[in-house]
Amino acid sequence: MKLTRRSALTTAAAATVPLIRPARAQAAAIKIGILNDQSGPYTNTGGITSVICAKQALEDFGVSTKGMNVEIVAADHQNKPDLAVSITRQWFDRDGVDVLMDVPTSSVALAVQSVCREKNKVYLNVGAASSALTGAQCSPNFIHWVYDTYMLSKSTGGAMVKAGGDSWYFLTADYAFGKQLQDDTSTLIKAAGGKVLGSAPYPFPGTTDFSSFLVQAQSSGAKVLGLANAGGDTVNSIKQAHEFGLNNSMKLAALLMFITDVHALGLDTAGGLNLTESFYWDLNDKTRAFTNRVKPKTPNNWPNMIHAGCYSATLHYLKTVADMGAAEAKKDGVATVNRMKAIPVEDDCFGKSTIRADGRNMVPAYLFEVKTPAESKGPWDYYKLKVTTPGDEAYRPLADGHCAFIKA
Amino acid sequence: MIMIFGIPGPLLFGQLLLGLINGAFYAMLSLGLAVIFGMLNIINFAHGALFMMGAFASWMLLNYVGIGYFPALILAPLLVGIFGIILEKTVISRLYKLDHLYGLLLTFGLSLVIEGLFRNAYGSSGMPYRIPNILQGATNLGFMYMPNYRGWVVLAALVVCLSTWAIIEKTPLGATLRAATENAPLVQAFGVDVPRLITLTYGGGVALAAFAGVLAAPIYSVNPNMGTNFINTVFAVVVIGGMGSIMGSILTGFGLGVVEGLTKVFYPQASATVVFVVMVIVLLVRPRGLFGKAA
Repeated sequence: MKLTRRSALTTAAAATVPLIRPARAQAAAIKIGILNDQSGPYTNTGGITSVICAKQALEDFGVSTKGMNVEIVAADHQNKPDLAVSITRQWFDRDGVDVLMDVPTSSVALAVQSVCREKNKVYLNVGAASSALTGAQCSPNFIHWVYDTYMLSKSTGGAMVKAGGDSWYFLTADYAFGKQLQDDTSTLIKAAGGKVLGSAPYPFPGTTDFSSFLVQAQSSGAKVLGLANAGGDTVNSIKQAHEFGLNNSMKLAALLMFITDVHALGLDTAGGLNLTESFYWDLNDKTRAFTNRVKPKTPNNWPNMIHAGCYSATLHYLKTVADMGAAEAKKDGVATVNRMKAIPVEDDCFGKSTIRADGRNMVPAYLFEVKTPAESKGPWDYYKLKVTTPGDEAYRPLADGHCAFIKA
Repeated sequence: MIMIFGIPGPLLFGQLLLGLINGAFYAMLSLGLAVIFGMLNIINFAHGALFMMGAFASWMLLNYVGIGYFPALILAPLLVGIFGIILEKTVISRLYKLDHLYGLLLTFGLSLVIEGLFRNAYGSSGMPYRIPNILQGATNLGFMYMPNYRGWVVLAALVVCLSTWAIIEKTPLGATLRAATENAPLVQAFGVDVPRLITLTYGGGVALAAFAGVLAAPIYSVNPNMGTNFINTVFAVVVIGGMGSIMGSILTGFGLGVVEGLTKVFYPQASATVVFVVMVIVLLVRPRGLFGKAA
């Protein structure tokens, strides 16, 4: 055989495989698959920082010292439901993945729900917002970790209505998430005696210019502009709202906004906005300690609630696996999720919480006000805490969700 | 109040104006594409990435060197234009003899690489870029509240578009350029350095994209994906206007901006699709585009 450069490389590569994969027969291997946006509009809100935080959980839990064998794999779903479903199937059928995690973008999150149920795997959603995930589309294999559309609308929307913002106009990303967020917020506004004067559902993704919608909102005479969108869309719409002077005549309600978006907007524009997250790095000593541990690995993108949620969810899953044994945990997704619901959740990021029967993790919701440039003392010093809604009040009551498997 | 199709008149006028502003971006981007296609026969899919580079160049100039918006309007297109020239010299020039498809694939690949590199370095959330102080604020036009910066964008875009058209259609340089596209060997025989002319044309087209990028920086978030959002629509604009037609792409750019703006009033959900509907209709009726020359 003639030795070409390519065949030499292949041989060399093949020879190293046994070296980097030592036999680990002592424990059944657990595989966690993190599926999120790693190249599109939600890259910074989830992306690689979610993977880094999940790996931090492995380190903090001490998987190697406990003799566990845990591996994390990650993939980019590009916000496409069909792609996400095929990756998920491949992970479950071929690659032996046991847990599906993160999965932002509600349309994608809903699409993989049935796959996880069909294959009886564990599905820990952190990144997606739709409250339908624990409502009409609920599943016994599923836990929703840090937030949902109901909690956002109750915390941010509720505060706005209380402050006198009783007439709303919505700027809505025209897909599962935006519609759900608008519906949840509208219900709340109407219940509080306010009214919704109109909405502009714009195509997602691909809309960059919101000026037409902003002018329509302005002429509607509403007091509040509700932004039922996320990521880059929120950043663009706030930026352009300022340009058109909407911030002088209306109040802006960014119904879903992360610290990463505030960073992108700059405090000049974002200062004074109200928003809701369930995690902030500067909340207490424990959140600061967590952030200091992960910061060196992601210096330009500090953790938001989704990143912290991936840490928290991984940690709690590992506790459950240690409790029931890896072989048992791999066998039955529903049984593992039920065990996760039975064990109280506790970690540095969210403190103590419980997981409700429908899969809702009851972490508290914090209403923050974004600091002005003068108030901010250092890098990423962006939030002032205004109101804390305890976990048992923050989410939709169990009975209102109409989750099918609860009644059964 | 005057009502037009059930919409208050002032609101409709406002939307027409906003449509023109968005059209300005389409016009500038499609103009660059038309110039490059007309002269080089390359379907430049990297145009969106180069537009994004223009916005990033102005952000970098401000944050790393302290150079403000107005100098960046000149400097950023210059820098990105030079980058374009390097691209043309090193890779694109090798494909002139091949089918269009190769150029399309190459530039598409280049755009993925460029965007990937920027995403890797700066993430996807975007960077803040302030509107220059002199253009802050807004003017009340009676029927709408018009941000001064948007007015400036339309003005700048019109000046740049029309001067590009004038250079190509009305000057001796433009005449040589047009002749070189018709019959390169003959023009070369007259002593004109055609390869250099082509390189400079590509650089010029790229500089137009970068100029649009600088104009866009204060309005949209400066992020690696900003070009991708535009480029599909802009290609539709070029196809509707007629591949390679300079004035066609300018007029179609502004026109489609208006069509899109009106759709946003009547049926917002369709605003991303309407341009393609127009494209289908135009291709059915006039396969060469509205302003394309007959074969």
